Amino acid sequence: MNNIEKVKRLIIDKPLKLDCGQTISNFPLAYETYGKLNAKKDNAILAFHALTGDQFVSGINPITNKEGWWNYAVGPGKAIDTQKYFVICANVISGCMGSYGPSNINPKTNKIFGTEFPVITINDMVNAQYHLLEFFKIEKLFSVVGGSMGGMQVLQFVSNFPDKSHTAIPIACTASHSAQNIALNELGRQSIMADHNWSNGFYEENKKSPDKGLAVARMAAHITYLSKKGLQEKFGRKLQERDDLNFSFDADFQIESYLRYQGSVFVDRFDANSYLYITRAMDYFDLTKQFDGNLSRAFEKSNTKFFIISFTSDWLYPTSENREIVIALNSIGKDVGFVEIISDKGHDSFLLDVPDFLNTIKNFLNTSYNKLNEKRI
Amino acid sequence: MKKEFNIIANFLEKNSKVLDVGCGDGELMKYINENITKDIRGLEISKSNVQKCIEKGLTVIEGDAEKDLKQFPESSFDYVVLSQTLQAFLDPENVISELLRVGKKAIVTIPNFGYWKVRIHLLLQGTMPITKNLPNEWYNTPNLHMCTIKDFVNFCNKKNIKINSSNLSYKNLFSQLGIFLIEK
Repeated sequence: MNNIEKVKRLIIDKPLKLDCGQTISNFPLAYETYGKLNAKKDNAILAFHALTGDQFVSGINPITNKEGWWNYAVGPGKAIDTQKYFVICANVISGCMGSYGPSNINPKTNKIFGTEFPVITINDMVNAQYHLLEFFKIEKLFSVVGGSMGGMQVLQFVSNFPDKSHTAIPIACTASHSAQNIALNELGRQSIMADHNWSNGFYEENKKSPDKGLAVARMAAHITYLSKKGLQEKFGRKLQERDDLNFSFDADFQIESYLRYQGSVFVDRFDANSYLYITRAMDYFDLTKQFDGNLSRAFEKSNTKFFIISFTSDWLYPTSENREIVIALNSIGKDVGFVEIISDKGHDSFLLDVPDFLNTIKNFLNTSYNKLNEKRI
Repeated sequence: MKKEFNIIANFLEKNSKVLDVGCGDGELMKYINENITKDIRGLEISKSNVQKCIEKGLTVIEGDAEKDLKQFPESSFDYVVLSQTLQAFLDPENVISELLRVGKKAIVTIPNFGYWKVRIHLLLQGTMPITKNLPNEWYNTPNLHMCTIKDFVNFCNKKNIKINSSNLSYKNLFSQLGIFLIEK
Protein backbone atom coordinates (compact mmCIF):
# COMPACT_ATOMS: atom_id res chain seq x y z
CA MET A 1 0.00 0.00 0.00
CA ASN A 2 2.79 2.38 -0.89
CA ASN A 3 0.64 4.63 -3.01
CA ILE A 4 -1.54 5.56 -0.06
CA GLU A 5 -0.05 9.04 0.07
CA LYS A 6 -1.30 9.67 -3.47
CA VAL A 7 -4.97 9.53 -2.58
CA LYS A 8 -7.03 12.72 -2.66
CA ARG A 9 -7.72 14.07 0.76
CA LEU A 10 -9.90 16.80 2.08
CA ILE A 11 -8.68 18.13 5.41
CA ILE A 12 -11.71 18.94 7.51
CA ASP A 13 -10.66 21.71 9.84
CA LYS A 14 -14.09 22.32 11.29
CA PRO A 15 -14.49 20.39 14.55
CA LEU A 16 -16.79 17.40 14.28
CA LYS A 17 -18.60 16.36 17.41
CA LEU A 18 -18.89 12.58 17.41
CA ASP A 19 -21.74 10.55 18.89
CA CYS A 20 -19.33 9.10 21.45
CA GLY A 21 -18.87 12.60 22.87
CA GLN A 22 -15.37 13.31 21.57
CA THR A 23 -14.63 16.02 19.05
CA ILE A 24 -12.21 15.61 16.16
CA SER A 25 -10.82 18.36 13.96
CA ASN A 26 -8.22 18.82 11.22
CA PHE A 27 -8.76 15.30 10.08
CA PRO A 28 -8.37 13.86 6.59
CA LEU A 29 -11.22 12.50 4.51
CA ALA A 30 -9.98 10.58 1.49
CA TYR A 31 -12.20 10.72 -1.58
CA GLU A 32 -12.30 10.08 -5.29
CA THR A 33 -14.47 11.47 -8.07
CA TYR A 34 -15.60 10.18 -11.46
CA GLY A 35 -17.08 12.15 -14.34
CA LYS A 36 -17.46 15.92 -14.43
CA LEU A 37 -19.46 18.29 -12.32
CA ASN A 38 -21.52 20.31 -14.80
CA ALA A 39 -21.87 24.10 -14.77
CA LYS A 40 -25.27 23.98 -13.03
CA LYS A 41 -23.78 21.60 -10.44
CA ASP A 42 -26.94 19.52 -10.59
CA ASN A 43 -25.45 16.18 -11.63
CA ALA A 44 -23.57 15.14 -8.49
CA ILE A 45 -24.12 11.73 -6.93
CA LEU A 46 -22.62 10.85 -3.57
CA ALA A 47 -21.97 7.12 -3.36
CA PHE A 48 -21.39 5.50 0.02
CA HIS A 49 -19.29 2.39 0.35
CA ALA A 50 -20.01 -0.73 2.38
CA LEU A 51 -17.96 -2.32 5.20
CA THR A 52 -14.90 -3.28 3.21
CA GLY A 53 -15.20 -0.80 0.35
CA ASP A 54 -13.33 2.43 -0.18
CA GLN A 55 -13.45 5.58 -2.29
CA PHE A 56 -12.32 3.78 -5.45
CA VAL A 57 -15.72 2.97 -6.89
CA SER A 58 -14.92 2.45 -10.54
CA GLY A 59 -12.04 1.65 -12.83
CA ILE A 60 -8.83 0.32 -11.29
CA ASN A 61 -8.14 1.00 -7.64
CA PRO A 62 -4.63 2.54 -7.72
CA ILE A 63 -3.73 1.14 -4.31
CA THR A 64 -4.78 -2.47 -4.78
CA ASN A 65 -4.58 -2.53 -8.59
CA LYS A 66 -7.91 -4.35 -8.59
CA GLU A 67 -11.24 -3.28 -10.02
CA GLY A 68 -13.21 -0.70 -8.05
CA TRP A 69 -15.91 -2.19 -5.81
CA TRP A 70 -18.80 -0.92 -7.92
CA ASN A 71 -17.26 -1.26 -11.31
CA TYR A 72 -20.35 -3.03 -12.63
CA ALA A 73 -22.60 -0.12 -11.78
CA VAL A 74 -20.46 3.00 -12.09
CA GLY A 75 -18.53 4.13 -15.16
CA PRO A 76 -18.95 5.57 -18.64
CA GLY A 77 -22.20 4.26 -20.16
CA LYS A 78 -22.99 2.15 -17.10
CA ALA A 79 -26.05 2.29 -14.81
CA ILE A 80 -24.57 5.25 -12.96
CA ASP A 81 -23.17 6.85 -16.08
CA THR A 82 -20.08 8.93 -15.38
CA GLN A 83 -20.42 10.59 -18.78
CA LYS A 84 -23.58 12.13 -17.41
CA TYR A 85 -23.14 12.25 -13.64
CA PHE A 86 -20.38 13.39 -11.32
CA VAL A 87 -19.84 10.61 -8.79
CA ILE A 88 -18.14 11.35 -5.49
CA CYS A 89 -17.16 8.69 -2.99
CA ALA A 90 -15.28 9.08 0.27
CA ASN A 91 -13.53 6.55 2.43
CA VAL A 92 -15.53 6.49 5.68
CA ILE A 93 -13.83 7.84 8.76
CA SER A 94 -12.29 4.95 10.70
CA GLY A 95 -11.56 3.36 7.32
CA CYS A 96 -8.09 2.49 6.08
CA MET A 97 -7.81 4.03 2.64
CA GLY A 98 -6.57 7.45 3.65
CA SER A 99 -9.37 8.77 5.86
CA TYR A 100 -8.93 9.46 9.53
CA GLY A 101 -8.78 6.10 11.27
CA PRO A 102 -7.18 3.90 13.91
CA SER A 103 -3.89 3.63 12.01
CA ASN A 104 -3.43 7.43 12.11
CA ILE A 105 -1.23 9.16 14.67
CA ASN A 106 -2.94 10.24 17.84
CA PRO A 107 -1.91 13.91 18.21
CA LYS A 108 -2.08 13.59 21.98
CA THR A 109 0.37 10.72 22.29
CA ASN A 110 2.22 10.95 18.96
CA LYS A 111 1.62 7.23 18.66
CA ILE A 112 -0.67 5.29 16.36
CA PHE A 113 -4.23 5.45 17.68
CA GLY A 114 -5.01 1.73 17.61
CA THR A 115 -8.03 1.17 19.81
CA GLU A 116 -7.68 4.63 21.31
CA PHE A 117 -9.34 5.96 18.18
CA PRO A 118 -12.86 7.14 19.09
CA VAL A 119 -15.74 4.80 18.28
CA ILE A 120 -17.40 6.08 15.12
CA THR A 121 -21.06 5.83 14.11
CA ILE A 122 -22.85 5.92 10.75
CA ASN A 123 -24.03 9.38 11.76
CA ASP A 124 -20.43 10.53 12.26
CA MET A 125 -19.41 9.09 8.89
CA VAL A 126 -22.19 10.94 7.10
CA ASN A 127 -21.56 14.21 8.92
CA ALA A 128 -17.90 14.08 7.90
CA GLN A 129 -18.80 13.40 4.26
CA TYR A 130 -21.22 16.30 4.17
CA HIS A 131 -18.16 18.57 3.97
CA LEU A 132 -17.61 17.29 0.44
CA LEU A 133 -20.71 19.23 -0.68
CA GLU A 134 -19.24 22.42 0.67
CA PHE A 135 -15.86 21.61 -0.83
CA PHE A 136 -17.34 21.14 -4.31
CA LYS A 137 -19.82 24.01 -3.73
CA ILE A 138 -22.76 21.73 -4.48
CA GLU A 139 -26.01 23.20 -3.20
CA LYS A 140 -27.98 20.00 -3.67
CA LEU A 141 -26.92 16.55 -4.77
CA PHE A 142 -28.81 14.81 -7.52
CA SER A 143 -28.63 11.52 -5.64
CA VAL A 144 -27.21 9.64 -2.71
CA VAL A 145 -26.74 5.94 -3.30
CA GLY A 146 -25.22 2.95 -1.56
CA GLY A 147 -25.69 -0.69 -0.67
CA SER A 148 -25.43 -2.47 2.68
CA MET A 149 -23.63 -0.09 5.07
CA GLY A 150 -23.67 2.36 2.15
CA GLY A 151 -27.47 2.15 2.24
CA MET A 152 -27.48 2.92 5.96
CA GLN A 153 -25.45 6.03 5.19
CA VAL A 154 -28.00 6.99 2.52
CA LEU A 155 -30.79 6.81 5.11
CA GLN A 156 -28.79 8.73 7.69
CA PHE A 157 -27.77 11.35 5.14
CA VAL A 158 -31.35 12.13 4.10
CA SER A 159 -32.38 12.22 7.74
CA ASN A 160 -29.56 14.61 8.68
CA PHE A 161 -29.75 16.75 5.56
CA PRO A 162 -33.35 16.53 4.38
CA ASP A 163 -33.05 19.05 1.55
CA LYS A 164 -29.62 18.13 0.23
CA SER A 165 -30.45 15.42 -2.26
CA HIS A 166 -33.16 15.17 -4.90
CA THR A 167 -33.16 11.39 -4.89
CA ALA A 168 -31.92 8.55 -2.69
CA ILE A 169 -31.29 4.89 -3.45
CA PRO A 170 -30.73 2.73 -0.36
CA ILE A 171 -29.94 -0.80 -1.49
CA ALA A 172 -29.97 -4.09 0.46
CA CYS A 173 -29.86 -2.39 3.82
CA THR A 174 -31.76 -1.85 7.03
CA ALA A 175 -32.80 1.02 9.27
CA SER A 176 -31.74 -0.89 12.34
CA HIS A 177 -29.04 -3.53 12.69
CA SER A 178 -30.64 -6.78 13.79
CA ALA A 179 -29.44 -9.15 16.50
CA GLN A 180 -28.29 -11.51 13.77
CA ASN A 181 -26.29 -8.73 12.09
CA ILE A 182 -24.65 -7.82 15.39
CA ALA A 183 -23.92 -11.46 16.17
CA LEU A 184 -22.17 -11.97 12.86
CA ASN A 185 -20.11 -8.81 13.29
CA GLU A 186 -19.16 -9.86 16.80
CA LEU A 187 -17.94 -13.18 15.44
CA GLY A 188 -15.58 -11.28 13.13
CA ARG A 189 -14.35 -8.97 15.87
CA GLN A 190 -13.71 -11.81 18.28
CA SER A 191 -11.75 -13.63 15.65
CA ILE A 192 -9.48 -10.58 15.20
CA MET A 193 -9.13 -10.04 18.92
CA ALA A 194 -8.33 -13.71 19.48
CA ASP A 195 -5.31 -13.39 17.21
CA HIS A 196 -2.27 -13.06 19.43
CA ASN A 197 -0.80 -10.47 17.09
CA TRP A 198 -3.70 -8.12 17.69
CA SER A 199 -2.04 -7.01 20.97
CA ASN A 200 -5.11 -5.14 22.21
CA GLY A 201 -5.11 -3.12 19.04
CA PHE A 202 -1.56 -1.82 19.25
CA TYR A 203 -0.11 -4.25 16.72
CA GLU A 204 1.46 -1.55 14.58
CA GLU A 205 4.09 -1.03 17.28
CA ASN A 206 5.08 -4.69 17.03
CA LYS A 207 5.00 -4.69 13.23
CA LYS A 208 2.98 -7.90 13.36
CA SER A 209 -0.61 -7.60 12.24
CA PRO A 210 -3.41 -10.01 13.22
CA ASP A 211 -3.71 -11.40 9.71
CA LYS A 212 -5.07 -14.78 10.72
CA GLY A 213 -7.84 -13.27 12.82
CA LEU A 214 -8.76 -10.79 10.13
CA ALA A 215 -8.75 -13.52 7.48
CA VAL A 216 -11.14 -15.68 9.53
CA ALA A 217 -13.38 -12.65 10.10
CA ARG A 218 -13.47 -12.12 6.34
CA MET A 219 -14.16 -15.79 5.64
CA ALA A 220 -17.10 -15.83 8.01
CA ALA A 221 -18.46 -12.57 6.67
CA HIS A 222 -18.02 -13.71 3.09
CA ILE A 223 -20.39 -16.63 3.69
CA THR A 224 -23.06 -14.18 4.82
CA TYR A 225 -22.77 -12.27 1.55
CA LEU A 226 -23.68 -15.33 -0.51
CA SER A 227 -26.78 -17.49 -0.67
CA LYS A 228 -26.96 -21.18 0.07
CA LYS A 229 -28.15 -21.82 -3.47
CA GLY A 230 -25.38 -19.69 -4.95
CA LEU A 231 -22.72 -21.53 -2.95
CA GLN A 232 -24.18 -24.91 -3.83
CA GLU A 233 -24.30 -24.13 -7.53
CA LYS A 234 -20.82 -22.67 -7.66
CA PHE A 235 -19.00 -25.13 -5.41
CA GLY A 236 -21.26 -27.97 -4.35
CA ARG A 237 -18.99 -30.66 -2.93
CA LYS A 238 -16.38 -30.23 -5.62
CA LEU A 239 -12.86 -31.14 -4.54
CA GLN A 240 -9.90 -28.82 -4.83
CA GLU A 241 -7.31 -30.16 -7.28
CA ARG A 242 -7.56 -33.72 -6.03
CA ASP A 243 -9.44 -36.87 -6.93
CA ASP A 244 -10.43 -37.96 -3.47
CA LEU A 245 -10.67 -36.82 0.11
CA ASN A 246 -7.31 -36.41 1.76
CA PHE A 247 -8.31 -37.50 5.26
CA SER A 248 -6.66 -34.38 6.66
CA PHE A 249 -7.53 -30.79 7.41
CA ASP A 250 -6.23 -29.41 4.16
CA ALA A 251 -8.62 -27.53 1.95
CA ASP A 252 -10.14 -30.64 0.37
CA PHE A 253 -13.19 -28.81 -0.90
CA GLN A 254 -13.21 -25.97 -3.37
CA ILE A 255 -15.33 -23.88 -1.04
CA GLU A 256 -12.65 -24.15 1.64
CA SER A 257 -9.93 -23.15 -0.74
CA TYR A 258 -12.06 -20.27 -2.03
CA LEU A 259 -12.71 -18.93 1.46
CA ARG A 260 -9.06 -19.25 2.46
CA TYR A 261 -8.12 -17.31 -0.65
CA GLN A 262 -10.71 -14.61 0.11
CA GLY A 263 -9.32 -14.30 3.62
CA SER A 264 -5.71 -14.13 2.51
CA VAL A 265 -6.19 -11.42 -0.14
CA PHE A 266 -8.33 -9.36 2.22
CA VAL A 267 -5.59 -8.92 4.81
CA ASP A 268 -3.38 -7.32 2.16
CA ARG A 269 -5.77 -4.46 1.69
CA PHE A 270 -7.61 -4.06 4.96
CA ASP A 271 -6.69 -3.01 8.45
CA ALA A 272 -7.87 -5.15 11.36
CA ASN A 273 -8.68 -2.23 13.64
CA SER A 274 -10.65 -0.52 10.88
CA TYR A 275 -12.65 -3.73 10.61
CA LEU A 276 -13.46 -3.53 14.31
CA TYR A 277 -14.47 0.12 14.11
CA ILE A 278 -16.59 -0.10 11.00
CA THR A 279 -18.48 -3.21 12.12
CA ARG A 280 -19.14 -1.43 15.41
CA ALA A 281 -20.56 1.57 13.56
CA MET A 282 -22.95 -0.76 11.72
CA ASP A 283 -24.02 -2.43 14.95
CA TYR A 284 -24.75 0.89 16.58
CA PHE A 285 -26.90 1.94 13.64
CA ASP A 286 -30.54 2.23 14.66
CA LEU A 287 -32.23 5.07 12.83
CA THR A 288 -35.58 4.02 14.26
CA LYS A 289 -34.30 4.48 17.78
CA GLN A 290 -32.81 7.86 16.89
CA PHE A 291 -36.41 8.93 16.29
CA ASP A 292 -37.95 7.35 19.38
CA GLY A 293 -39.11 4.24 17.62
CA ASN A 294 -40.83 6.01 14.74
CA LEU A 295 -38.76 5.61 11.59
CA SER A 296 -41.12 7.82 9.57
CA ARG A 297 -40.02 10.80 11.60
CA ALA A 298 -36.47 10.38 10.24
CA PHE A 299 -37.76 11.44 6.83
CA GLU A 300 -40.53 13.83 7.79
CA LYS A 301 -38.72 16.98 6.71
CA SER A 302 -37.44 15.57 3.48
CA ASN A 303 -38.82 15.76 -0.05
CA THR A 304 -36.17 13.42 -1.37
CA LYS A 305 -37.52 10.90 -3.84
CA PHE A 306 -36.59 7.39 -2.68
CA PHE A 307 -36.09 4.19 -4.55
CA ILE A 308 -35.42 1.16 -2.40
CA ILE A 309 -34.03 -2.09 -3.75
CA SER A 310 -33.67 -5.50 -2.12
CA PHE A 311 -32.71 -8.96 -3.37
CA THR A 312 -34.61 -12.24 -3.05
CA SER A 313 -31.66 -14.28 -1.78
CA ASP A 314 -30.19 -11.66 0.58
CA TRP A 315 -30.58 -13.10 4.06
CA LEU A 316 -28.26 -10.60 5.70
CA TYR A 317 -30.47 -7.58 4.96
CA PRO A 318 -33.63 -9.33 3.80
CA THR A 319 -36.47 -7.78 1.83
CA SER A 320 -38.61 -7.53 4.96
CA GLU A 321 -36.14 -5.09 6.53
CA ASN A 322 -35.90 -3.02 3.36
CA ARG A 323 -39.67 -3.00 3.15
CA GLU A 324 -39.89 -1.46 6.60
CA ILE A 325 -38.19 1.63 5.19
CA VAL A 326 -40.73 1.67 2.35
CA ILE A 327 -43.56 1.43 4.86
CA ALA A 328 -42.12 4.23 7.00
CA LEU A 329 -41.96 6.50 3.95
CA ASN A 330 -45.40 5.55 2.64
CA SER A 331 -47.02 6.11 5.98
CA ILE A 332 -46.10 9.78 5.76
CA GLY A 333 -46.93 10.07 2.08
CA LYS A 334 -43.36 10.41 0.81
CA ASP A 335 -42.39 9.61 -2.75
CA VAL A 336 -40.97 6.11 -2.69
CA GLY A 337 -40.53 3.30 -5.18
CA PHE A 338 -39.53 -0.22 -4.28
CA VAL A 339 -38.53 -3.40 -6.02
CA GLU A 340 -37.18 -6.75 -4.91
CA ILE A 341 -34.79 -8.09 -7.54
CA ILE A 342 -34.65 -11.82 -8.22
CA SER A 343 -31.07 -13.01 -7.76
CA ASP A 344 -29.34 -16.10 -6.38
CA LYS A 345 -26.24 -14.11 -5.55
CA GLY A 346 -27.19 -13.22 -2.00
CA HIS A 347 -26.36 -9.93 -0.33
CA ASP A 348 -23.44 -9.46 -2.74
CA SER A 349 -25.95 -9.05 -5.60
CA PHE A 350 -25.64 -5.28 -5.42
CA LEU A 351 -21.93 -5.50 -6.26
CA LEU A 352 -22.34 -7.95 -9.12
CA ASP A 353 -23.57 -8.06 -12.67
CA VAL A 354 -27.30 -8.41 -12.03
CA PRO A 355 -28.93 -6.85 -15.11
CA ASP A 356 -32.40 -6.22 -13.61
CA PHE A 357 -30.79 -4.41 -10.71
CA LEU A 358 -28.48 -2.30 -12.85
CA ASN A 359 -31.34 -1.43 -15.22
CA THR A 360 -33.49 -0.39 -12.29
CA ILE A 361 -30.88 2.06 -11.06
CA LYS A 362 -30.24 3.36 -14.55
CA ASN A 363 -33.92 3.92 -15.31
CA PHE A 364 -34.66 5.51 -11.97
CA LEU A 365 -31.72 7.91 -12.18
CA ASN A 366 -32.22 8.88 -15.79
CA THR A 367 -35.96 9.45 -15.58
CA SER A 368 -35.59 11.35 -12.31
CA TYR A 369 -32.87 13.53 -13.79
CA ASN A 370 -34.96 14.26 -16.88
CA LYS A 371 -37.97 15.14 -14.71
CA LEU A 372 -35.90 17.55 -12.64
CA ASN A 373 -34.76 19.30 -15.78
CA GLU A 374 -38.32 19.42 -17.15
CA LYS A 375 -39.44 21.17 -13.99
CA ARG A 376 -36.79 23.83 -14.37
CA ILE A 377 -37.86 24.62 -17.94
CA MET B 1 -55.41 3.41 -25.85
CA LYS B 2 -58.09 1.45 -24.07
CA LYS B 3 -61.45 3.21 -23.86
CA GLU B 4 -61.47 2.28 -20.18
CA PHE B 5 -58.42 4.48 -19.54
CA ASN B 6 -60.19 7.43 -21.05
CA ILE B 7 -63.20 7.02 -18.81
CA ILE B 8 -61.04 6.58 -15.69
CA ALA B 9 -58.92 9.60 -16.60
CA ASN B 10 -62.07 11.69 -16.98
CA PHE B 11 -63.08 10.90 -13.41
CA LEU B 12 -59.80 12.31 -12.07
CA GLU B 13 -59.30 15.93 -11.15
CA LYS B 14 -56.25 17.72 -12.52
CA ASN B 15 -53.16 17.59 -10.29
CA SER B 16 -54.81 15.31 -7.75
CA LYS B 17 -52.89 12.63 -5.88
CA VAL B 18 -53.51 9.16 -7.28
CA LEU B 19 -52.60 5.59 -6.38
CA ASP B 20 -53.03 2.91 -9.05
CA VAL B 21 -53.48 -0.40 -7.28
CA GLY B 22 -52.43 -3.32 -9.46
CA CYS B 23 -50.98 -0.90 -11.98
CA GLY B 24 -49.70 -3.65 -14.28
CA ASP B 25 -47.16 -2.50 -16.83
CA GLY B 26 -48.00 1.13 -16.07
CA GLU B 27 -49.93 2.00 -19.27
CA LEU B 28 -52.78 3.67 -17.38
CA MET B 29 -50.37 5.43 -15.01
CA LYS B 30 -48.37 6.70 -17.93
CA TYR B 31 -51.48 8.13 -19.54
CA ILE B 32 -52.59 9.77 -16.30
CA ASN B 33 -49.06 11.01 -15.63
CA GLU B 34 -48.87 12.66 -19.03
CA ASN B 35 -52.36 14.10 -19.10
CA ILE B 36 -53.87 14.52 -15.65
CA THR B 37 -51.43 14.57 -12.76
CA LYS B 38 -47.75 13.99 -12.04
CA ASP B 39 -48.59 12.96 -8.50
CA ILE B 40 -49.30 9.34 -9.28
CA ARG B 41 -47.79 6.11 -8.10
CA GLY B 42 -48.53 2.45 -8.50
CA LEU B 43 -48.62 -0.73 -6.47
CA GLU B 44 -47.87 -3.89 -8.44
CA ILE B 45 -47.30 -7.50 -7.46
CA SER B 46 -45.49 -8.72 -10.57
CA LYS B 47 -41.76 -8.07 -10.70
CA SER B 48 -41.63 -7.95 -14.47
CA ASN B 49 -44.42 -5.39 -14.52
CA VAL B 50 -42.61 -3.35 -11.86
CA GLN B 51 -39.60 -3.26 -14.19
CA LYS B 52 -41.81 -2.07 -17.06
CA CYS B 53 -43.14 0.76 -14.89
CA ILE B 54 -39.62 1.82 -13.92
CA GLU B 55 -38.65 1.86 -17.58
CA LYS B 56 -41.51 4.29 -18.16
CA GLY B 57 -40.13 6.48 -15.37
CA LEU B 58 -43.09 5.83 -13.09
CA THR B 59 -42.99 5.56 -9.33
CA VAL B 60 -43.97 2.04 -8.39
CA ILE B 61 -43.88 -0.06 -5.27
CA GLU B 62 -43.66 -3.81 -5.55
CA GLY B 63 -46.31 -5.19 -3.27
CA ASP B 64 -49.56 -7.04 -2.77
CA ALA B 65 -52.73 -4.96 -2.53
CA GLU B 66 -54.23 -7.43 -0.04
CA LYS B 67 -51.38 -6.87 2.41
CA ASP B 68 -49.60 -3.68 1.49
CA LEU B 69 -52.37 -1.10 1.39
CA LYS B 70 -52.16 -1.14 5.18
CA GLN B 71 -49.02 1.01 5.15
CA PHE B 72 -50.76 4.00 3.61
CA PRO B 73 -52.42 6.38 6.02
CA GLU B 74 -56.10 7.30 5.85
CA SER B 75 -57.14 9.57 2.97
CA SER B 76 -53.56 9.83 1.76
CA PHE B 77 -54.68 9.89 -1.88
CA ASP B 78 -57.42 11.83 -3.64
CA TYR B 79 -58.13 8.82 -5.83
CA VAL B 80 -57.26 5.17 -5.66
CA VAL B 81 -57.74 3.28 -8.91
CA LEU B 82 -58.38 -0.45 -9.12
CA SER B 83 -58.64 -1.54 -12.69
CA GLN B 84 -60.05 -5.00 -13.39
CA THR B 85 -58.35 -6.81 -10.55
CA LEU B 86 -61.02 -6.82 -7.84
CA GLN B 87 -62.28 -10.25 -8.85
CA ALA B 88 -58.80 -11.76 -8.47
CA PHE B 89 -58.39 -10.97 -4.76
CA LEU B 90 -58.95 -13.48 -1.99
CA ASP B 91 -60.93 -10.94 -0.02
CA PRO B 92 -62.41 -8.27 -2.32
CA GLU B 93 -64.61 -6.90 0.44
CA ASN B 94 -61.53 -6.03 2.49
CA VAL B 95 -59.73 -4.59 -0.53
CA ILE B 96 -62.66 -2.25 -1.25
CA SER B 97 -62.72 -1.08 2.34
CA GLU B 98 -58.94 -0.48 2.21
CA LEU B 99 -59.30 1.45 -1.05
CA LEU B 100 -61.88 3.70 0.56
CA ARG B 101 -59.72 4.17 3.64
CA VAL B 102 -56.57 5.10 1.73
CA GLY B 103 -58.33 7.15 -0.95
CA LYS B 104 -60.89 9.88 -0.55
CA LYS B 105 -62.48 8.35 -3.61
CA ALA B 106 -61.93 5.10 -5.43
CA ILE B 107 -62.39 4.14 -9.05
CA VAL B 108 -63.13 0.47 -9.50
CA THR B 109 -63.61 -1.36 -12.75
CA ILE B 110 -64.93 -4.90 -13.05
CA PRO B 111 -65.44 -7.30 -15.92
CA ASN B 112 -69.21 -7.77 -15.98
CA PHE B 113 -70.35 -11.37 -15.61
CA GLY B 114 -73.86 -10.20 -16.43
CA TYR B 115 -72.93 -9.19 -19.99
CA TRP B 116 -75.36 -10.82 -22.45
CA LYS B 117 -72.68 -12.77 -24.29
CA VAL B 118 -71.55 -14.27 -21.02
CA ARG B 119 -75.10 -15.20 -20.14
CA ILE B 120 -75.75 -16.71 -23.57
CA HIS B 121 -72.50 -18.66 -23.42
CA LEU B 122 -73.44 -20.30 -20.16
CA LEU B 123 -77.05 -20.82 -21.21
CA LEU B 124 -76.40 -22.38 -24.59
CA GLN B 125 -73.01 -24.01 -24.24
CA GLY B 126 -73.30 -25.02 -20.62
CA THR B 127 -69.62 -24.27 -20.01
CA MET B 128 -67.88 -21.43 -18.17
CA PRO B 129 -67.95 -18.34 -20.39
CA ILE B 130 -64.85 -17.20 -22.24
CA THR B 131 -64.89 -13.69 -23.67
CA LYS B 132 -62.44 -10.92 -24.53
CA ASN B 133 -62.42 -9.69 -20.93
CA LEU B 134 -62.56 -13.19 -19.46
CA PRO B 135 -60.11 -15.09 -21.64
CA ASN B 136 -59.17 -17.97 -19.29
CA GLU B 137 -60.55 -21.42 -18.72
CA TRP B 138 -62.17 -22.17 -15.36
CA TYR B 139 -59.09 -24.15 -14.27
CA ASN B 140 -56.52 -21.46 -14.91
CA THR B 141 -58.39 -18.24 -14.38
CA PRO B 142 -56.98 -15.85 -11.76
CA ASN B 143 -60.54 -14.65 -11.16
CA LEU B 144 -61.86 -15.96 -7.86
CA HIS B 145 -64.83 -13.68 -7.29
CA MET B 146 -66.67 -12.88 -10.49
CA CYS B 147 -69.61 -10.54 -10.17
CA THR B 148 -72.03 -8.63 -12.34
CA ILE B 149 -72.60 -4.90 -12.45
CA LYS B 150 -75.83 -5.48 -10.55
CA ASP B 151 -73.95 -7.48 -7.90
CA PHE B 152 -71.48 -4.66 -7.42
CA VAL B 153 -74.22 -2.05 -7.15
CA ASN B 154 -76.03 -4.22 -4.60
CA PHE B 155 -72.80 -4.67 -2.67
CA CYS B 156 -72.24 -0.91 -2.51
CA ASN B 157 -75.79 -0.33 -1.33
CA LYS B 158 -75.44 -2.96 1.36
CA LYS B 159 -72.14 -1.49 2.60
CA ASN B 160 -73.33 2.12 2.43
CA ILE B 161 -70.82 2.96 -0.25
CA LYS B 162 -71.86 5.85 -2.47
CA ILE B 163 -71.63 5.32 -6.20
CA ASN B 164 -70.94 8.79 -7.52
CA SER B 165 -70.75 8.00 -11.10
CA SER B 166 -70.45 5.12 -13.46
CA ASN B 167 -70.18 4.61 -17.16
CA LEU B 168 -73.51 2.89 -17.23
CA SER B 169 -77.07 3.51 -16.32
CA TYR B 170 -77.92 -0.02 -15.46
CA LYS B 171 -76.41 -1.65 -18.47
CA ASN B 172 -75.97 -4.92 -16.67
CA LEU B 173 -76.92 -6.77 -19.79
CA PHE B 174 -75.02 -4.79 -22.39
CA SER B 175 -71.71 -3.76 -20.84
CA GLN B 176 -68.61 -5.86 -20.78
CA LEU B 177 -67.10 -3.64 -18.16
CA GLY B 178 -68.41 -1.72 -15.17
CA ILE B 179 -66.55 1.43 -14.14
CA PHE B 180 -67.50 3.00 -10.82
CA LEU B 181 -66.45 6.08 -8.91
CA ILE B 182 -67.21 5.30 -5.29
CA GLU B 183 -66.75 6.88 -1.88
CA LYS B 184 -67.69 6.22 1.69
